[in-house]
Amino acid sequence: MNYILIAEQTLNGLQLGVMLFLLAAGLTLVFGIMNLVNLAHGALYMVGAYLTTWFYQATGSYLLAVVLGLAGTLAVGIVTELVALRTLYERDHLDQVLATFGLILIFNELIAIVWGRAALYSTIPDYLSGHVQLTDSLRYPLYRLVIIGVGLAVAVLLWFTVSRTRIGMLIRAGASNRAMVAALGVNIRLLYTIVFGVGAALAGLAGLLSGPIYAVQPGMGELILIQVFVVIVIGGIGSIRGAFAGALIVGMVDTMGRAFLKPTLATVLSPTAAETAGPALASMLIYLLMAAVLAFRPEGLFPSRGS
Amino acid sequence: MITTRNWILVAILLLLGAVPAAAAYFEQPFYLDLLRRVMIFAIAAVSLNLILGYGGMVSFGHAAYLGIGGYAVGILAHHGIHSGWLQWGLAIGASALVALAIGAISVRTSGIYFIMITLAFTQMLYYLGISIEEYGGDDGMRVPVRSQFSGLVDLNDGTQFYFLVLGILAASLFLVHRLVNSRFGMVLQAIRSNEARTRAIGFSPYPYRLATFVISGAMCGLAGALLVNHTAYLTPEFMNWTRSGELMFMVILGGIATSAGPLLGAAVLLLLEDVLQGWSLLPREAVRDHWQLYLGIFLVLVVLFARRGLAGLLPGKNE
Repeated sequence: MNYILIAEQTLNGLQLGVMLFLLAAGLTLVFGIMNLVNLAHGALYMVGAYLTTWFYQATGSYLLAVVLGLAGTLAVGIVTELVALRTLYERDHLDQVLATFGLILIFNELIAIVWGRAALYSTIPDYLSGHVQLTDSLRYPLYRLVIIGVGLAVAVLLWFTVSRTRIGMLIRAGASNRAMVAALGVNIRLLYTIVFGVGAALAGLAGLLSGPIYAVQPGMGELILIQVFVVIVIGGIGSIRGAFAGALIVGMVDTMGRAFLKPTLATVLSPTAAETAGPALASMLIYLLMAAVLAFRPEGLFPSRGS
Repeated sequence: MITTRNWILVAILLLLGAVPAAAAYFEQPFYLDLLRRVMIFAIAAVSLNLILGYGGMVSFGHAAYLGIGGYAVGILAHHGIHSGWLQWGLAIGASALVALAIGAISVRTSGIYFIMITLAFTQMLYYLGISIEEYGGDDGMRVPVRSQFSGLVDLNDGTQFYFLVLGILAASLFLVHRLVNSRFGMVLQAIRSNEARTRAIGFSPYPYRLATFVISGAMCGLAGALLVNHTAYLTPEFMNWTRSGELMFMVILGGIATSAGPLLGAAVLLLLEDVLQGWSLLPREAVRDHWQLYLGIFLVLVVLFARRGLAGLLPGKNE
């Protein structure tokens, strides 16, 4: 098999992996600390993509658009938390799932009212487009390398914040015993809002980065959200480390499956059978992986508690 | 155990039985179609209520079985097998089997894991449906010939089909009623309210939960077979995750763990959708094109403020 192709697909897998990580980190923190199942996390990803695309078209400056897009998503996230989600912390998971499902419908329709149902055309500035010559025969898009770089940087920053700073300590404490943390005089409501805001901004970051690669359209958040659920289930709910490992595993498996499953099957089966089974199996691969992980480790690879 | 509430439910079913005559008298066959759709979704919601309401298992993947039931009928019809006995038998059997496989893995977990896993497996089946070009792939396929029951019932006759759906709905309601009031159902509800105590008195939760999960899946598979006969069109959208969300909402809206709840919830949600989509009083663009916005707001408000659901408003004791 072609080594250039393998290297290229590995980078693609890594890029999908860090994208999933940006979403999974926020979702897993919100679940681990507030015990809230937030289906509307994908909606924040969509808001980030739309705001940045729109600001870039309006201002012409990509950096300014990124800053405004992130700030906008953060604001939308905090408003959502204050208005709707705050009352849900004490409810059971069923209520949380349904209410945030309702929020998804509301967000999707509001976006469709403002920007229409057709996909927006999202561009990147000239200095981020083009290819990089990695080796003699491997050229890789610069923008995808930037995504990988940003994702890894965020991962390191999050790890440092959660395990080495005071606010990280409070977050970990809040995850294991929130009543105790509140009793010690910490404003737990404020902490919740901060964590939710950071999670929203990370989702917005994933959205704005993915805009130029995937389509910017209403409902874009839900497709990736379900993959993020798989990431979290595999990694272990509430654990940043698990989210990182799970995201990279899912990103790799999904990309490799789509690229190599059909040719590999074709060596065993007849070409027509491989033509049918290849794509079907490739799209099911991460879910089968999830089932396999759960069969052996029902709590995921890195169960939470002081991650 | 026939309570006031259940007499009301029987009265509602009798009223539904009078609809075909009324629709024929007022020459409004459209309503027959709409109510048939409502009752098919009510069967699915009744099956979901069994695991969600009485079993305490929050399944976010119940649309999977609508899809399995639909595909069982569609695939056999595609290959020229139109016998309803075979088609519906396969729909029920295949749904039970898939529920057994998904349940075997997911029932061991609880809470948020259960929600995410059932959702993920349904999404997997959805992608499987999309990728099989032979059976329509993304676009779906027409199922022009309805299931045939050796001349016993003719599904092409709207009224006969309507009464068949009504009969199956009544049977499902009766089955769930008997099931939850049996010893099995008592254990199931005991597990829901306190798993540790139920274990302590000697019941293992796993087999009870799994059996309920399989029964519920099979029942929903039958609803899927009815639905594909109703729409005469099969698409992967049967298994779309929003479908699962709507089924959950029907149960909550109607009243969780009540016998009349799923039927009331399905009726109100589907009639509301119909009204919002066809509304001509208000500016059309604002309402009809964005009816999901209003549905979303309604959903959030119901979850936040109306916990007991519509069945809680009916006269009689709360169950």
